[in-house]
Amino acid sequence: MIPAAFEYSRATSVADAVSQLRSGGPEAKVIAGGQSLLPMMRLRLAQPPHLVDVNHIRELDHITIKDGRLRVGGLTRHATLVTSDVVRANLPLLAEMASEVGDPQVRTRGTLGGVMAHADAAGDYPTIAVMLDATIVTDRREIPARDFFQHLFTTALEPDELVCEVVFPLATGPHRYLKFRRRLFDWAIVAVGVQLTDSGWRVGITHAAPTATRAHSVEEALRSGADFHEAARRAADGLHPSSDVHASSEYRLHLAEVLTRRALEQAA
Amino acid sequence: MAVSQLIGSRVQRREDPRLITGHGRYIEDRNPAGLLHLAVVRSPHAHARILSIDGSQAAALKGVLAVLVAKDFRAQLQGAMPVTPSFVPEKKYVPERFPIAEREVCFQGEPVAVVVAESRQLAADAADLVTVEYSPLPAVVDPEAALVARSPLTHSDGPDNIGWDMTFAGGDIEAAFARAEVRVTGRILQQRLAPTPMEPRGVLADYSTYDHTLTIWLSSQNPHFIRLFISGAMGLPESRVRVVSEDVGGGFGSKISPYPEDYLVPAASRLLGRPVRWIETRTESVLTSYHGRGQVFTAEAAALRDGTLLGLRLTQILDLGAYHGTFGAFQACACLMAGGVYRWEAVHARTVGVLTNKVPTDPYRGAGRPEGTHLCERMVDLVAQEIGMDPAEVRRKNFAREFPFVNNFGLTYDSGNYDGSLDRAMELVDYQGWRQRQEEARKEGRLIGIGLSTWVEICGFGPSEATAAATGGISLVEAAQIRFLPSGSVAAYVGTHSHGQGHDTTFAQIVADTLGLPLDMVELRHGDTAEGPSFGYGTYGSRSLSVGGMALHKAALVVREKAKRLAAHMLEVSAEDLVFEQGAFQVRGDPRAHKTIQEVALAAYGPGLPEGMEQGLEAVSYFDPPNFVWPFGAHICVAEVDRETGTTQILKYVAVDDCGNVINPMIVEGQLHGGIAQGMAQALFEEVAYDLDSGQLLTGSLTDYLIPTMNEIPELTLDRTVTPSPTNPLGVKGIGEAGTIASSAAVINAISDALSPLGIHHVDMPASPARIWKMIQEAES
Amino acid sequence: MTQRLRLTVNGSQREEEVEPRTLLVHFLRERCGLTGTHVGCDTSQCGACTVLCDGEPVKSCSMLALQAEGMAITTIEGLAPIGGMHPLQTAFWESHGLQCGFCTPGFIMAAAALLARNPDPTDEEIGRGLEGNLCRCTGYVNIRKAVRAAAAAIRDESAPASIGG
Repeated sequence: MIPAAFEYSRATSVADAVSQLRSGGPEAKVIAGGQSLLPMMRLRLAQPPHLVDVNHIRELDHITIKDGRLRVGGLTRHATLVTSDVVRANLPLLAEMASEVGDPQVRTRGTLGGVMAHADAAGDYPTIAVMLDATIVTDRREIPARDFFQHLFTTALEPDELVCEVVFPLATGPHRYLKFRRRLFDWAIVAVGVQLTDSGWRVGITHAAPTATRAHSVEEALRSGADFHEAARRAADGLHPSSDVHASSEYRLHLAEVLTRRALEQAA
Repeated sequence: MAVSQLIGSRVQRREDPRLITGHGRYIEDRNPAGLLHLAVVRSPHAHARILSIDGSQAAALKGVLAVLVAKDFRAQLQGAMPVTPSFVPEKKYVPERFPIAEREVCFQGEPVAVVVAESRQLAADAADLVTVEYSPLPAVVDPEAALVARSPLTHSDGPDNIGWDMTFAGGDIEAAFARAEVRVTGRILQQRLAPTPMEPRGVLADYSTYDHTLTIWLSSQNPHFIRLFISGAMGLPESRVRVVSEDVGGGFGSKISPYPEDYLVPAASRLLGRPVRWIETRTESVLTSYHGRGQVFTAEAAALRDGTLLGLRLTQILDLGAYHGTFGAFQACACLMAGGVYRWEAVHARTVGVLTNKVPTDPYRGAGRPEGTHLCERMVDLVAQEIGMDPAEVRRKNFAREFPFVNNFGLTYDSGNYDGSLDRAMELVDYQGWRQRQEEARKEGRLIGIGLSTWVEICGFGPSEATAAATGGISLVEAAQIRFLPSGSVAAYVGTHSHGQGHDTTFAQIVADTLGLPLDMVELRHGDTAEGPSFGYGTYGSRSLSVGGMALHKAALVVREKAKRLAAHMLEVSAEDLVFEQGAFQVRGDPRAHKTIQEVALAAYGPGLPEGMEQGLEAVSYFDPPNFVWPFGAHICVAEVDRETGTTQILKYVAVDDCGNVINPMIVEGQLHGGIAQGMAQALFEEVAYDLDSGQLLTGSLTDYLIPTMNEIPELTLDRTVTPSPTNPLGVKGIGEAGTIASSAAVINAISDALSPLGIHHVDMPASPARIWKMIQEAES
Repeated sequence: MTQRLRLTVNGSQREEEVEPRTLLVHFLRERCGLTGTHVGCDTSQCGACTVLCDGEPVKSCSMLALQAEGMAITTIEGLAPIGGMHPLQTAFWESHGLQCGFCTPGFIMAAAALLARNPDPTDEEIGRGLEGNLCRCTGYVNIRKAVRAAAAAIRDESAPASIGG
């Protein structure tokens, strides 16, 4: 299938991208890796009149450590996250998660910023961002991850705002991302990420709600001495996942618990 | 030059060099000058009345040549799309189908208009601009609910939703059940599947306005039948229509029957006087390429406590979709094959075809035989479970052992050795070892199961007498032609058409061996109705080798016989004094007196032929098999179910199959690998799901319709036994569908066995983690 | 409105005007006449359209042609010189790693990318490397076998001559 016609322009800098988005009107969209956007456009579920291509903005493609935080540019590809020594040494959970996104071809093109801005309920990076209190840096402000993801496919971004960078805390302790899906390249039916930090376990859940969720009650239970089994029972607290052709709501809640326990066991 | 025995050798495929270098010839690769692009506007509703269609906005786009609706095609196309007239004699209601809906749409995706434009982009844009006003009607979605008296109607002018309803009675079923010591019942689902060849469908038609000829390039398993149907509908002499099918990117049954686009594209080409092409998108493919399966069985089996099987009673409710598929009735053969490899006193099978507001079902790999095998093998396992006997023992106790074996419906199994394949499979898998490991695992609370599937299939269609009814007067045989060219190479033509099975190679092996030629002196041609014999019957039902291959063999023998007479004339001996060896006619007892067949071929085009012999060395032969062929085998699956998540992992899979003599073992193994994987995919992954109220497709892309990747298909251990078929001179049977026919039952029997400690004895397909988890929840609560 | 695109395809530089909505796969098939790259789905699942962009595997149905600006594209036709075969192509042939052949170019290109990263993959790594490609004919058994064989052949080719050889 073929996308509906659109205007296309290449941005050379962040400022240029923002200005092009403004002149493209409220329906204009950023294209980075395009791995979610282009299939939607081919099905004509999305018909943006203008695409601003940010693939040539070099300032968006970086991985650095600064002030004890890991700063990853929005244009960083999944494949780069998988192999980056900096990521592996300072936040290996992010590299592990990146290796589970899509398939090798998708990982060549898809970007961290694209996943964040797309805000699919089954997206993987929102989970690590939410569970570790990452910060999304845009062309104009910094947004805590917990405020960034508002609903399914809905973020705090303005139509002309660009994700420039995601800033993560460092965490090198035990961690695991367990993704439950039917086929290896599928989106998660449910996934759970766990990370031991200086302040205790952090637990995040993918696709058990319209946005990634942090499992505070599991974290609290672990802090107050509950074992993994017991703590994992709290994974479903406050979640009301949707049902679809692959899983019922009840099954998703059940998986959240099982995966939480297994992820903790495998990490530890 | 020495010519080795090619039959039985692992000859590398001759079609591969072009395919692995990107030089295949699929429909979308052909771009004639002046090509126009057609897009189809489809109904978004499962069932609705069409109130109006407005194509004016679309037609106004620059580069759009036409927006066409049903009434435009009425003048171009006569009659209705074909339906097998009488495979099931008791057809009740056969709604007439025109390729494009006029007043009422009866499934989501049914064509309502087409747009033809200068580019594919424009065609897609214009299709979006066609405005259709609908008045929705209630949708019939569930086939069982459709049988209830007050059900809505699939077609608002239909009498009811019953496409057919008939019963096959094989033996005295009441008497068999009267002797029963145990009875088991089952309700077994066969979910709808989307065949999903990796190459979607495609049609390119070029009508030549001045000489009134039509050429259609089509991704098809069945070019000659398509020519027959399309020429008839377009009012053209069959001889003026040429259907060409080059490389076909998979079919699995979904490219046998004619589709609406097969009519609409040629008709549009005639209307516009230019070549027109339509390429199916994957979205269209999942929505509108004919589905397979879609059946619900209820069954009851009667047996003695010692494991003797007595009677099997079943009802097949078959979801036809909105129209009868052209060959859809073939799926009722599940009833005739429900007895499997066993001696039953009686089998009684009722089949009910039900119309629903969904895309039609039609043959999909195995077509009726996987369903029959799945049902039979599940029921035998339920009997074994009930009487506490090992399922392998119940099977052995009841195997047919004397051949030919006549089943309850009078079908004659030509040859078999069911113990042989089961013995070998049990040895290969280490059956006793796994039973022990299963016992130990159960003590730890782990769920390991071992599933058997001892299967047989009917395939190789013809014979003509038995199949005439299925095709409306053209009975299934196969035709082939062998042409020796003067310089000694051979062009061989056959009416079957490979879509991945490697006929270019295997059929050439047969011809080369029969004529004593090296392989590269034989060119195999198929898929073009302008070449070879006047009619070809296509590739489906694992028929190509045992019917088409035999036609080629027969034609080669006719040619060889003529060459022998000519050689005798040339050598001035009697034909009886000649033996054919290493590609030459040799005078017995005189090693120096011989003529190679290639020398004879040249002579056949020269002077001095024997009295009454015409020039040339070529022959057309038709092969009408005296019976079907009956491949069989034993598959064993070992699987473990994760109790917490319901996920199944296949730990080991062994298949020992018997397709008689083998032409090319490499290709047989490849067919089995792919077939087994498709059956596993049905068992574990694939399902076409519709919303039960609206009839909207819920699994409309490969994101939701789960074709497994490499990671979901385990290594497969294969072996074979060889029991030649007495039905044809080479002793061959078919193997294209075998893996699929056998494997779903082995996988589901393994899962059901794994779950039996929880009191779960049957799991439906797909055995998804979600489904199994729910069953475990229910069993434990 | 068309826009200018400059890129290298199988070693040849090209400069073309394309409509922004032209997908890379359609550019390769329709403008370059390279019909070995196939379209098998609409949603980036099947991988039949896999090509290499600057050596990395991409699904050319999920990339705009304009996004390939300045890149070097390798398609199945460019994997080996005309008339020759890449070790992967030979291995697919010898191992019967294809039936209908429609998915095959995508598999071979994805496998080429895998072997470039990992010359000696385990079966599990082969599975992960090819998880973005669907085949309906082979059950993947012989594809896995072909990739193993090609990996061995490429390693042998590039290995230093054995001592005393």
